[in-house]
This record gives sequence, structure tokens and C-alpha cells, in this order.
Amino acid sequence: MDAFKTLIVILLSSVFVDNYVLSRFLGICPFLGVSEKRNQAVGMGVAVTIVMLIATAVTWPIQYFVLDALNLGFLQNIVFILIIAALVQMLEMLLKKFIPALHKGLGVYLPLITTNCAVLGVTINNILDGYTFVQSMVSSLGCGLGFLLAMVLFSGLRSRINNANVPAPFKGLGVTLIAASFISLAFMGFSGIVEKIFA
Amino acid sequence: MKQKSSLSVMLNGIIKENPVLVLILGTCPTLATTNTVNGAFGMGIAALAVLVCSNVFISLLRKVIPESMRIPCYIVIIAGFVTIVKMLVQAFMPSLYESLGVYLDLITVNCIILGRAEMFANKNTVVASALDGLGMGIGFTLALTLMSTIREVFGAASFAGNPIPFMENYKIEFLTKAPGGLLVYGLLIALIYVITRGKAPVKTSFSCEGCPHAASCTTVNCQREGAEN
Repeated sequence: MDAFKTLIVILLSSVFVDNYVLSRFLGICPFLGVSEKRNQAVGMGVAVTIVMLIATAVTWPIQYFVLDALNLGFLQNIVFILIIAALVQMLEMLLKKFIPALHKGLGVYLPLITTNCAVLGVTINNILDGYTFVQSMVSSLGCGLGFLLAMVLFSGLRSRINNANVPAPFKGLGVTLIAASFISLAFMGFSGIVEKIFA
Repeated sequence: MKQKSSLSVMLNGIIKENPVLVLILGTCPTLATTNTVNGAFGMGIAALAVLVCSNVFISLLRKVIPESMRIPCYIVIIAGFVTIVKMLVQAFMPSLYESLGVYLDLITVNCIILGRAEMFANKNTVVASALDGLGMGIGFTLALTLMSTIREVFGAASFAGNPIPFMENYKIEFLTKAPGGLLVYGLLIALIYVITRGKAPVKTSFSCEGCPHAASCTTVNCQREGAEN
């Protein structure tokens, strides 16, 4: 039962408290770039979640059974980024061949994900935090969902900003960043809640 | 004449095309590491070292690397230098290593470095690429130091870890937290607009077109189609 509680705490804290975009600043580029329309934001968020899960499922065993076993831990960075790049390519090809409908929806976001720092970040963080395989998968799921949540919330805010009368110096990126700051401020309210759920 | 042109290549990165404040690249480390001056400066120098080395190396190999495989090749070269820098930092500056944490690894996917490889190093000579890397790296370090100074002085009443006594009672603590980073970045971009009276090539919006992958990426083309529909 305790193991189950730990998993829930990991999931909730990676969605709300340690949200990858809003409190750890990973994956800011797609957060600012692809959040203009809600359907694009959802597509990107779902694609990132899937890639995070697959990448963790592959990198975790490789870290523990190949790199650590052969004492090659220093190659972590090179190996992980290559695995992610290859996985993303493969996923795109497979989707194109077998599920063309899904490829039409998600495929366009896949090439961008290779260099999304949130994906590399989550795989490395799972190793740094010393999570077990199941915990790593749950944490990746949480980070992906947190990314999706932040993207969807922010796309709603941005559609309102587009209609607002903004002073010239703040037009465009300035006001976007300040709006993101307010969402981030709201998410700070979650800190400390998750740890106390089971206390 | 040649001297002057190479100087202008370097200055280009520091002021006119400052990667953080004008090109809006490398936003993740900018926001994440600027809560302390020490961390931001260390991040800037680490990225500078990787940028110069990878620019030189990619420029040397620009005739060897096949066009269709260039992005994976660049990533491997960059990841190799990141590993070297990371080991050096871990050996000689353990406190900096602790404070930067995973962001040191994430220099690999910093879009400034891949962007310069794609936009500059694969088209120019080794010397020009080294100078471009140096200029961009200095520009990145200066922007990070400026932003972290604002955040640390007003947020924590200290500069590079040294407390500033008379600011002690006027701390705005949230500046050192996550939302403060986004707020200060937004304000700085607006400030650049005011200083240059809107003449600087400041990006009015963050779009995928400025991304280093724009040419090979289908999202940009897809967004264009979406706009037409």
C-alpha cells in the first residue's frame, strides 16, 4: 500500500508541484511556440507525453543494465539523446505506416520533440532521483500530463490576450511571458499540498 | 579589413543578434538558472565553451558530414563536448555542479548551439565559426548575468552570494522563484523594445520559423496550411 501511495505522490507532484514547464522551465520553446491554438496545444502535449513514456521505458533499462553494468555512466548524455532521436524517428515512421489517421494528428509535432529539453530532462531526472522502473514510468506520465495541462491552460489564456489592447513594448512575446508568469504563480499554490495528502 | 570583419562577426552575437534578448533562443536555461548570479554566470561560461568547441568542430567537418544526416551528427558532436564540460565542472567546481544539476546535461539540447551549427558553422570557415561561437557565448553569458543580477539583487538582497545589507528589508522574494523568472524576462524584452524605440529586430512573436529546425520541420509548413484553412 505504501508503494502505491508513493506512486500517487510522484504522479501528483510531477503534474502540479514540479510542473516541468512552469516550475522547472523545461520545454519552454514548444510551450511558447505551439500554444496559440488549443488543438495544436493538445496535439503537442499528447505527443510529448507518449514520447516521454516510450523514452523512459527504453532509457531506464539501458542505464541500469548496459551503462552501469559496463561502467560507462559518463556516456549517459550521448546515449540518451541518440536513443530519443532514433525513437522519435521510428515512431513517426511506424505511425505513418500503420496508423495514418493518428500520424496526421500527431506526426507533425514529432520532429520537434527530438530536441525538446523536457524529454531528455525527464529521462535524466528519473535516473538522478533514483526511481525504480515503475516509479520512473509514473513520473514520466505525470510530467507529460503536466506539460499537456500547462499547454492547454496557456492556449486558453493566449486566445484572450490576442484580443486585448496591449501597450506597444509588451506586444507579442513580452505580454506572453508575463501571462506565463501568472500561471506559474498560480501553480506555486500547489506546493506543499501533495506531500500532505496522506499525512 | 579582414580584422574588422571578424570583429563584427563577434560583436554581432554580443549586441545586434543577442541570442537571448533578440533571437529568443535558449529560453529554458535562461529562465532556470538565473535565480543566482553564480549559477547564471557558470551556465553562460559552460555554454560558451561548448558553443566554441562545437562550432569549430562542425566547421572543420562541414565538407565531410552528409547533408541528410547533419542534425544527428551535430547532436553527437555537441553531446560529446557537453560531457567533457560536465566532467570538468564536476571535477573543479563541485558547488556549481550541484547548483546547475540537470541543466548542465541539457546544454545538449540548447537551441542556441544547434542553431549556430545549422545557421553559421556549416557554411563558414573555422576562424569565423570560432569567433561567432565566442560572440554568441559572450552574448548569452551577458544576458544571463544581467537577468540574474536583477533577480538576485531585488529578490534575495544579495549579489553573487554577498548580502547587500540596506536592501535586506525590501526583498521581493518571488523574483527568485519560477514566476519571477518569466516576469523579469518579459520586462527585459519590453525594455529592449523601448531602448531601441522598436527599431531592433525584436521578434514580435515567438514562432517556429526562428527555430533551427524550421527548414527540416513539418510543423512550420503545417501551421502555414492551418492558417490558410
